[in-house]
Amino acid sequence: MSEMQLTMNESKGTVLSSSEAKDNIKKEKVKGIIFQIMCVIAALFGIVSLGALLMYVIYEAAGWLDWQFISSSPSRFAEKAGVLPPLVGSSFVIALVALFSLPLGVGSAIYLEEYSKQSYLRRFIEINIANLAGVPSIVYGLLGLGLFVSTFNLPHGIVLVGAFTLTLRVLPIVIVSSQEAIKAVPDLQRHASLGLGATRWQMIRTVVLPEAMPGVLTGTIIALANAMGETAPLIMIGAATTMFTPPHGIMSSFSALPLQIYAWSDFPQSEFQHGVTPAAIVVLLVIILSLNGIAIYARNKFYQRNRQK
Amino acid sequence: MIELDQSIVRQEEATAKEVELESVIDVKDLSFYYGQTQALYNIDMKIYKNRVTSIIGPSGCGKSTMLRCFNRMNDLIEGTRVEGQILLNEKNIYEKDIDPVRLRRHIGMVFQQPNPFPKSIFDNVAYGPRMFGTHNREKLQEISEISLKKAALWNEVKDRLHKSALSLSGGQQQRLCIARAIAVEPEVILMDEPASALDPIATTFIEDLIDELKKNYTVVIVTHNMQQAGRVGDYTAFFLNGYMEEFDTTEKLFLNPASKKTADYISGRFG
Amino acid sequence: MDLDIHKQFRVDIKEHIVRYIFFSFAFLSVITTVGIVIVLLTDSVIFFSEVSIVEFFTSTRWSPTIKPVEFGVLPLISGTLTFTLVTSLIAIPAGLLAAIYLSEYADERVRSVLKPTLEVLAGIPTVVYGYFALVYITPMLKSFIPQMSTFNVLSASIVVGIMIIPTIASISEDAMRAVPNTLRHAAFGLGVTKFQVTTTVVVPAALSGIVSSFILGMSRAIGETMAVTIAGGNLSRMVNWLKPGDTLFEPVQTMTAAMVEIGISDVTGDSVAYRSLFAVGLTLFLMTMVLNMVSQYIKRKYREKY
Repeated sequence: MSEMQLTMNESKGTVLSSSEAKDNIKKEKVKGIIFQIMCVIAALFGIVSLGALLMYVIYEAAGWLDWQFISSSPSRFAEKAGVLPPLVGSSFVIALVALFSLPLGVGSAIYLEEYSKQSYLRRFIEINIANLAGVPSIVYGLLGLGLFVSTFNLPHGIVLVGAFTLTLRVLPIVIVSSQEAIKAVPDLQRHASLGLGATRWQMIRTVVLPEAMPGVLTGTIIALANAMGETAPLIMIGAATTMFTPPHGIMSSFSALPLQIYAWSDFPQSEFQHGVTPAAIVVLLVIILSLNGIAIYARNKFYQRNRQK
Repeated sequence: MIELDQSIVRQEEATAKEVELESVIDVKDLSFYYGQTQALYNIDMKIYKNRVTSIIGPSGCGKSTMLRCFNRMNDLIEGTRVEGQILLNEKNIYEKDIDPVRLRRHIGMVFQQPNPFPKSIFDNVAYGPRMFGTHNREKLQEISEISLKKAALWNEVKDRLHKSALSLSGGQQQRLCIARAIAVEPEVILMDEPASALDPIATTFIEDLIDELKKNYTVVIVTHNMQQAGRVGDYTAFFLNGYMEEFDTTEKLFLNPASKKTADYISGRFG
Repeated sequence: MDLDIHKQFRVDIKEHIVRYIFFSFAFLSVITTVGIVIVLLTDSVIFFSEVSIVEFFTSTRWSPTIKPVEFGVLPLISGTLTFTLVTSLIAIPAGLLAAIYLSEYADERVRSVLKPTLEVLAGIPTVVYGYFALVYITPMLKSFIPQMSTFNVLSASIVVGIMIIPTIASISEDAMRAVPNTLRHAAFGLGVTKFQVTTTVVVPAALSGIVSSFILGMSRAIGETMAVTIAGGNLSRMVNWLKPGDTLFEPVQTMTAAMVEIGISDVTGDSVAYRSLFAVGLTLFLMTMVLNMVSQYIKRKYREKY
């Protein structure tokens, strides 16, 4: 027999069929099952933990969350305490953030996607946006403090400054999700419009924007839900942690729900720790989760509609 | 020499009439560049009024590029460059003072893939007139009806004008795109392989439609389907590797081509 | 026939104006970055003329308002790093394993429910997490770790770890899903178990994306403010990493918490203490920026080509 055949005959049966190898497979399979269980535990760990915490906070809020709570002002006395001023403050600021960030965000996205060519300038702007998304929110508070309060001489802790600051904070999110929505509009539609003799702006206004709007709104609503929970930037610009009256104008001082929660977390009395503060938290969470829910629902509905057609 | 069925080749009526034909577009020594790469070399051709001109050729020969030069859609691509002239009614459309946007209102385009807007049928057809300032409801309805009739789609959609355009079949959508282009009242209609995404029955529909359209419009159609060019075109241009190899009446080009390369392409030896 | 195809001045101007407006919106992002840098730098520069930069970076005591006043940033950095480390020890394994589960083991139905649910974790405000840590988790931990103090690193790290899991999980999962199936099939074809395929083929193939997700998660932990302010206490000190008890069970003050402390206090705009806020902010900003850039760099440079 040739050398090769000899070697083949000799080596056959040394690797796979030995009992060593068979045991190895068993060991590996056991490892595999343990590993899979660990993965499932990891995936569920956060969810289950949060679920437990949420159930607990809802349970504690139960006795304290009522109409009186939502309509009263904060107080040292737990029974009288309420969240009206910070609730109004948060809503007011978020509404302004929506007003500022939507045109700025969509406009930026339109420029990047429809007007600019692939150039260093565009790349530079996009890198900037990506960087801004990663800046800690407290730094935005410093920006607000140094720019709007010190340089522009606006008063500390007023609604307008809070809105400006938070707008800058959420703008990168709005821009990126608007870009995604605009990119999703097929080029064929753009060409159809331009081929008919529409100007670039007409095309954007009548073809691209209508189709991209659902995606844009979804991204914006999610950004607003984020802004709702922001605390550090507002502290930096001087927003009060407790206000007894709601703000009445854009130049009023204000407080926000998360700020009030922060203030109350310092109150050691049991009625606060296990009553009032949980109630405030539930109010905040309901708002945030509703906003997220609306965004996701809207996105799914529009997604279905576009596919079905 | 050529194995073509005589009956499908368009017969041009008395050639004496050629001399009286008005040329709407005159391409003079046109060269086109994508960045550093040259895609069209010194093209000279004429597009005659109220006639259908077909542009045929193998993949990559530049026929779609040529088509897009007519309405300056190539301007949308970065780095493109044009040398030479394209005269529309004696005016070079590549002059500095020409607005491509307004140009495209006179030279319309139908694309290979039907691309109606995700709006209603009516809103699709009315889109162009609305863009240009017509907002009177009755006027828009009138324009839509006329355009849809000219595109041979009216009867099929007249009861559901406000349904989504995407609910139509492929062939219907393409006719809708034609109606949409017509609603703007262009002088010339460019068609980039308009039937290649459609089934044979819808294709025949479109071809018959093109025949009707030339009564009122001038049509330039790019097609990779030679039989279609033979059926539909009055004039045919054969492009090869960025050069226009031959341009003549369809009858002459198919039955008695002047260039051997044309003859080879038509008889299927390549492409 | 005279066709009107000439340019019209009025229309052209309008298009130019529209384009310019949108450009200025987009450029706002550049201005924001410049703004941040300028704001941080101007007050920091003045601060460093009053307090020596050497003291800032070498002193081990941070006391901006309580006499004797001292501005050593090391305790704050120590606090931030400690907190980030412990948080990462929780978030990274959990996030990675969750990502592996989503990418390699879960079927479409499970995935379509699990993925959005995980995102909810990131949507809870950090104030709420901080409260959870202080009021629910710390007492629970104290019951079997009696030496734990009320304000400690561990509770805050647990909640922030939970909050960061979706960040790590979703980026890692994307990276793993991008690994083409042919690689997996090649390994399976050799008769190798799923566990081995996952750990020896998929994870290494997706490594750049996975590592960049870790770095991104850590950057978020560094910038995290409210949870650690509420639950971590405000005691600035140098943490002894050799003693786990000292590291985990004692209070700590991070850079961010120190900034909140100053921001909430009565310091006037003209004081050194006020300006120290910006010096710490600058340090924080630089740290997160470097980490973010490293994360992007790793993702791009080592992106595996299949």
